[in-house]
Amino acid sequence: MDAIILQILNGLDKGSAYALIALGLTLIFGTLGVVNFAHGALFMIGAFCAVFVQRLLNLSFETVDPSKTDFLGQPLKVKTPYVESWFGPDVGATIIDWSVPLAVLFCIPVMVLIGFVMERGLIKHFYKREHADQILVTFGLAIVLQEVIKAFYGANPIQTPAPETLSGVATLAGGIVYPVWRIVYFCFAAVIIGGVFAFLQFTTFGMVVRAGMADRETVGLLGINIDRRFTVMFGIAAAVAGLAGVMYGPINAPNYHMGMDFLVLSFVVVVVGGMGSLPGAVAAGFLLGILESFASTTWATTTIPGINQIIIYLVAIIILLTRPRGLLGKKGVME
Amino acid sequence: MSKTNLTRRGVLKSGAVAGAGVALPTIFTASSAAAYTNEPTGGSVTLGFNVPQTGPYADEGADELRAYELAVEHLNGGGDGGMMNTFSSNALQGNGILGKKVEFVTGDTQTKSDAARASAKSMIEKDGAIMITGGSSSGVAIAVQGLCQEAGVIFMAGLTHSNDTTGKDKKANGFRHFFNGYMSGAALAPVLKQLYGDDRKAYHLTADYTWGWTQQESIAAATEALGWETVNNVLTPLAATDFSSYIAPVLNSGADVLVLNHYGGNMVNSLTNAVQFGLRNKEVNGKNFEIVVPLFSRLMARGAGENIKGIVGSTNWHWSLQDDASKAFVKSFGTKYGFPPSQAAHTVYCQTLLYADACQRAGTFNPCGVAEALEGFEFDGLGNGKTLYRAEDHQCFKDVLVVKGKENPTSEFDLLEVVEVTPAAQVTYAPDHPMFAGGALGTCNPGA
Amino acid sequence: MFGLNKKDSALLLLVAILTMLAPFILNPFPSDSGLAQFNAGYPDLMQRFVIFGIFAIGFNILFGLTGYLSFGHAAFLGVGSYSAVWMFKLLSMNIIPAIVLSVAIAGLFALVIGYVSLRRTGIYFSILTLAFAQMSFALAYSVLTPITNGETGLQLSLDDPRILDSANTSGSLPVTSLFGLEMRSSFDLVVGPWSFTFSVGYYICAIAMLLAFYLSIRIFRSPFGMMLRAIKSNQQRLNYTGLNPKPYTLAAFVISGMYAGLAGGLLASMDPLAGAERMQWTASGEVVLMTILGGVGTLIGPVLGAGLIKYFENIFSKINDTVLHGWFGILPDGIEDFLVSIIHPFVGKGWHLTLGIIFMLVVTFLPGGLVEGGQRIARLFRSKKKTDGADAAKTEPAE
Repeated sequence: MDAIILQILNGLDKGSAYALIALGLTLIFGTLGVVNFAHGALFMIGAFCAVFVQRLLNLSFETVDPSKTDFLGQPLKVKTPYVESWFGPDVGATIIDWSVPLAVLFCIPVMVLIGFVMERGLIKHFYKREHADQILVTFGLAIVLQEVIKAFYGANPIQTPAPETLSGVATLAGGIVYPVWRIVYFCFAAVIIGGVFAFLQFTTFGMVVRAGMADRETVGLLGINIDRRFTVMFGIAAAVAGLAGVMYGPINAPNYHMGMDFLVLSFVVVVVGGMGSLPGAVAAGFLLGILESFASTTWATTTIPGINQIIIYLVAIIILLTRPRGLLGKKGVME
Repeated sequence: MSKTNLTRRGVLKSGAVAGAGVALPTIFTASSAAAYTNEPTGGSVTLGFNVPQTGPYADEGADELRAYELAVEHLNGGGDGGMMNTFSSNALQGNGILGKKVEFVTGDTQTKSDAARASAKSMIEKDGAIMITGGSSSGVAIAVQGLCQEAGVIFMAGLTHSNDTTGKDKKANGFRHFFNGYMSGAALAPVLKQLYGDDRKAYHLTADYTWGWTQQESIAAATEALGWETVNNVLTPLAATDFSSYIAPVLNSGADVLVLNHYGGNMVNSLTNAVQFGLRNKEVNGKNFEIVVPLFSRLMARGAGENIKGIVGSTNWHWSLQDDASKAFVKSFGTKYGFPPSQAAHTVYCQTLLYADACQRAGTFNPCGVAEALEGFEFDGLGNGKTLYRAEDHQCFKDVLVVKGKENPTSEFDLLEVVEVTPAAQVTYAPDHPMFAGGALGTCNPGA
Repeated sequence: MFGLNKKDSALLLLVAILTMLAPFILNPFPSDSGLAQFNAGYPDLMQRFVIFGIFAIGFNILFGLTGYLSFGHAAFLGVGSYSAVWMFKLLSMNIIPAIVLSVAIAGLFALVIGYVSLRRTGIYFSILTLAFAQMSFALAYSVLTPITNGETGLQLSLDDPRILDSANTSGSLPVTSLFGLEMRSSFDLVVGPWSFTFSVGYYICAIAMLLAFYLSIRIFRSPFGMMLRAIKSNQQRLNYTGLNPKPYTLAAFVISGMYAGLAGGLLASMDPLAGAERMQWTASGEVVLMTILGGVGTLIGPVLGAGLIKYFENIFSKINDTVLHGWFGILPDGIEDFLVSIIHPFVGKGWHLTLGIIFMLVVTFLPGGLVEGGQRIARLFRSKKKTDGADAAKTEPAE
């Protein structure tokens, strides 16, 4: 029983990441009609916001410690971060320890800005173009973004640990032990998803955007500058991907190709959820996350060897064959 | 199009001036004027350095390239000579190889067997490389080794740890300096027994491809011989990024040791996840829960950050070794690049030197002559103590390091400490050992 | 000529001349000059150019004509390669049975996957094909290792049966051949400082590519091709006229799968190793990129796109700092280092970056891909509106 609950938790956790990325993809697709292959790269850049903040806080000056030697036998240069010398070692260390939560604050404006620049500078010119062209240009952009990150931070993963107090394990009801940060991640994802839905559902801005998603032309004819609102939505979608990334850092160390690893999966999630449906994307994210977790249990892999390798794709095929437009897809969207 | 026409005309013109176009048969041909593939005729000889430059192992590839460039510099008499001064064979003069200046070409394996072979082929066909070396995974090493055998050039493997490279997929033209899964197991087992006792229950997570399997087989065999019990072995997909669903079942499995047969990004993530789930602080069966990572590298240890502390594993070489050869290598590498070399850098530097030395001793670049010079070659002074290049399978036998993640690192490079240097005799196995059986070296192929 | 109209004949002739003279065209620089780095006229890369050209031509028959975007086409190439290598292992080193089998197996595979996937359209179809290909890749890498040899890739070994061939006692692996004509044999023609390599394998592949290209022209111009175009422009209308488009799309899918199988078989014939990565989604994505980059729905575009991507992969990735210093060595030190540091991020390990930038530039400024670029240049030279190749190059919306 414990094992089952644990796997459900794992599934919710994986599902949170899938759902957040898929949500952003669907937002961009639903509002702008653009297939964004660079969305995984946005997720990756979010994660590297944490790396950047961590490096920034760790900016150090060097003092020579003659009692120790470095690998060449010369006196060791000891690095002391500026924040530690400014605020004292304890407070300084705490600030560095909390670099990921600080990065969350840093990430939001950065990602919104990147979203704006991307939409105004590049994507805008591709609204009227074929989906194939959109795929090529966003894929090219994704490669460029990830190569730029690689040039700065290398190809190896870089740890962005959670704050000390949030990095242990928690004992849940029933004696189940689960990492604190993964619980935080799930709650965070739930808040973000809830926030996006509430924004679209209960604000005038959101109402207009939804109207625009349904019929862009008519909303435009009513004298509303729908393009500007869609730009804002692109920024929000980028921020959602970035937040998913920055919070994901402590779970798995960010590396430059993590975006590509998630890209294909998140497309599968979006399509299984049904094109153009936000609730569908979220539901499919959690569904596939949970199924993936269960497929990797020993019981599953001994019953069907290799099931853990293919489960997501297998489920995608079954769902798409039984439900022509995924779980909650709309008719006529990219069919 | 205009450019093409121009070239055509240029070709015809220069052909007319030269008097005649001379047709020569070339590499990959049955009948040839040359004695062997890419016989160097001018004043220089070209080596092909085929390393991952894109993809997850790009940083290791970059470190290998640095070591290659250093080796070439030393062979041509530049720099401080590095390990050429400590190498037991004194054949190398610092004037290139056999008096020919060493030049090199580089390529990108992308850590894919296909791309690696394409890259190696281009070095052989286009650049006239006489030897191919490099790589950072066993799949690539085996694929390129096969190609070199067919093309008739020597392959000096880089970082490849699978038993198969010198086991069932061994080739007459291929040589490996790096250690392998069996040696990891044989070196680790006694240390594990000493540290954690002989009554342990081990849970294996294994990367689901050939390297993972041979590694797991080796470690399980070595630890079972100590009296450990293997509770479970779970195969994880190569593409997995989040290992939580594989780690969670470990909690209630009754196991008290987790063995992670992973490398690279897989290893960083599975170790991070294992620590996240509190395995390091857990007690099972009245013992501390322990994690073992059989194949360690400092670059990966750096990726794993804090999580590596106290974790035991094995490695081919580490820069903190205090013998003269290691110190000389660290000094010349560190002076040139500003940080200490990784084990991948060390093994490829050694391979380059060993190849050059073999050519020098054989007096020829002919792959068959070079292979003969390497087979059964005993040497010292390359950082691993006395070493034998065994003739039967072209595997180096040398001391293996058992290392542990350092608790209080003094710098960002100071991540591992050497727990034990396991002597070569203890990790030596018979050439027909069942884990290595099934292949044949074949005969050396000089190509032409 | 061969039942083609004048323009198509001219195009076919042009392609034939270019492929036959490729060893000259791709080696424009003297082999001892610094620019020899850019020469692409060595057998392996020339073979890859035409083989991936075949792959892209086949993909274009499906995507360019019907608008169905398959994201799993690499699976057919992979299956083709595996079949061919198994043929070499079991039957004979002759490439004919290997290629026949790889085309047949890939066609069969495409029939099954196509039958299922074509029940959906648009992106749902794309994801279905992607899912099948990813499943094939994941299984080939792990569970199916006995058949595929997993990570390392399927290779020949000395003790393979090869029942049609005479026993091999030489201790080295046999070589793929066409009735005794070895694929890897080649001739070097040295003319002054130039050196041109003529490889048997390349010419076999080139002939296969020309046949594939010819067939693709015939399909584009046939009533069948018209029907496929009709499916692309408006499937619903086609339904209303009482025509069932499914058999046509399935036929196109299987044909393009067989092209992929042919490409896979040829790859294995040139170099008898089949790796699982050939089936990964990145490989499927690559052929999509090749086609779009060259020009979707054009005859020659996919071949150009394939050539460009393979050129970057094999040539730009090999330019390292030593090469750069060699080029700029005559300049003063300061300028030399400056130039090297400017170019450094874009070559060698940065070849991905350059490729990404080229994707973005091409698609932004040349909506019809490289073919449109060619047309624009042609228009510059001829003030009057260009004529030849125009029909072939006409682009149509992908959906």
